[in-house]
Amino acid sequence: MSFWEYANPVKFMGLSGRLIPVLSVLTALSLAVGILWGFFGTPDDYKQGSTVKIIFLHVPSAMIAINAWIMMMVTSLVWLIRRHHVSALAAKAAAPIGLTMTLIALGTGAIWGKPMWGTYWAWDPRLTSFMILAVFYLGYIALWNAIEDTDVAADLTSILCMVGSVFALLSRYAVNFWNQGLHQGASLSLDKEEHVDNAFYFPLLVCIAGFVLLFVILVLIRTRTEIRLRRAASLQARNT
Amino acid sequence: MLALFTRDLKLAFRSGGGFGLALAFFLIVVMFVPFGVGSDLTLLARIAPGILWIGALLACLLSLDRIFQLDHEDGTLDVLATSPLPLSGITAAKATAHWVTTGLPLTLAAIPLGYLLNLPEPAYIWLFASLAIGTPALSFIGAFGAAVTVGIKRGGLLLSLLVLPLYIPTLIFGAVSVIKSVDGLNPLPSLILLAGLTLFSVVLMPFASALALKANLN
Amino acid sequence: MILRGPNGVGKSTLLRVLAGLSQQSSGTLELDHEEIAYSGHLDAVKFQLTVAENLSFWAGVYGTDTTAQVIAHFGLNDLADRYAANLSAGQKRRLGLARMTLSDRKIWLMDEPTTSLDAEHTGLIAQSISDHCAAGGIAVLSTHLDLDIPSAKTLDLVQFIPAKDTNTSVFLQGSF
Repeated sequence: MSFWEYANPVKFMGLSGRLIPVLSVLTALSLAVGILWGFFGTPDDYKQGSTVKIIFLHVPSAMIAINAWIMMMVTSLVWLIRRHHVSALAAKAAAPIGLTMTLIALGTGAIWGKPMWGTYWAWDPRLTSFMILAVFYLGYIALWNAIEDTDVAADLTSILCMVGSVFALLSRYAVNFWNQGLHQGASLSLDKEEHVDNAFYFPLLVCIAGFVLLFVILVLIRTRTEIRLRRAASLQARNT
Repeated sequence: MLALFTRDLKLAFRSGGGFGLALAFFLIVVMFVPFGVGSDLTLLARIAPGILWIGALLACLLSLDRIFQLDHEDGTLDVLATSPLPLSGITAAKATAHWVTTGLPLTLAAIPLGYLLNLPEPAYIWLFASLAIGTPALSFIGAFGAAVTVGIKRGGLLLSLLVLPLYIPTLIFGAVSVIKSVDGLNPLPSLILLAGLTLFSVVLMPFASALALKANLN
Repeated sequence: MILRGPNGVGKSTLLRVLAGLSQQSSGTLELDHEEIAYSGHLDAVKFQLTVAENLSFWAGVYGTDTTAQVIAHFGLNDLADRYAANLSAGQKRRLGLARMTLSDRKIWLMDEPTTSLDAEHTGLIAQSISDHCAAGGIAVLSTHLDLDIPSAKTLDLVQFIPAKDTNTSVFLQGSF
């Protein structure tokens, strides 16, 4: 019994069908606990007041935004090498979720930014990199939609994802080179000077867990839909 | 591959479309800037490096879809794919031809256009150098985008959406070196990074483009 | 070998797979791609180049220098300096044949080489293929016409159409 047997659509549908109910409950719980605890159970920051609590949405969404792309990279590579359709469809399914997370990160960042820095937007390296990431997602999704043959679409989007990843990384360094930023240091770093207060740390972890679970079930649900769509298309092709 | 390169050059000059259009577009974009932001020469001098780089970049973008589309439409691409030439060689030859007919003229045109925007004196040499080094990257990265979208009808807009984000590092390193020369700082680090980027694109993008072409040939 | 069969049965696909342009979904292919010359539905002719320029381009690609002989052999001498845009369908097909001969490759794969050709040109195609095979070459082509090629074998692809209920797609297995 290897992990690869779930490349078979039937097995994948079976496993995901059993996982989703359980994961949904866990997701709802952790999100509820994390957000309520974070927003209402923690003290206001002495510097930033209560707006800093947007961090409980901002940081997790930003993490998922990046990790969704990494997941797409891995599943695209699996498609290119092993030609597992489920893998290609999982990448396709993850993209809009990643895009939404990126937009949430940008939006919550703007809400946080206004009271803190006096502006909704600044061309700081991190914000700019996220905007670039959003455009990469858009291109990837647009390419899937532009090509009729699903296997060709899977090939091209996978190659785009790999090439895009290289350039996204290059862009990150280029943007850093281009401008100095307003961002504080990493929220979860071990650097005592800059990291977020302990009181925020644990609710933040719970929120992150919640967002990760949310991502997982959304990808599973969307992949199942994509598989069903492919099945419908195959049935139609066979019967004509 | 030399045969393919020279043929593409011949075709670009004869089609009356690729070659002159990019230059005309560059001119028009540069003309638009004073209309859009006002004719104050001091302001124009400040934004000239970026505008010239962006104008050249957009003009490059215009002719990208011709790289593979024309050969795809008349069946030449199929025959080329079965010829002794490796697909990566084909994409490299065509990207080079694109640079000679687009990037190179744009680089030369940027100098007189710089005068229109009141580009400060010290910047001209760096403008030329950065464009000369950076436009090959634009052609080779653009060829990848063209290879991905070759089968798509009216895929020009999608091509732009895919290629422009890939152009960001090139634009940054290119424009920054010119801006630094205007401000009296050292433009060389940025230029070296740009050269590295171009080297990377010229060496590796043909293989990615070949993969994309292979997928589209199916 | 002449491929026959109704439209859509897969003649073009088979030729493309043999040429290495498309991937087969199953099975193995043992073919040396260095030996292949392919000619598809489209003529692969550049309108802005003359006949001679088109052919010398392909000579450059395939690394041969027999352009002059090939032009003479296919009666293209008078057309050598004419822009390919001004050629008739038959003349373009002759140009394509010239290209195949120029490539100096053993296996010719031709997809519907006889469409929109008159009797004279159809005869020319048949003759060229016969000459090619007589010289030790192989030709696989699809056509609806009856070409007079002595050594031809026919393969009717209609026998390979799968029965209606065979499961070929991985998405059709099982139920969910």
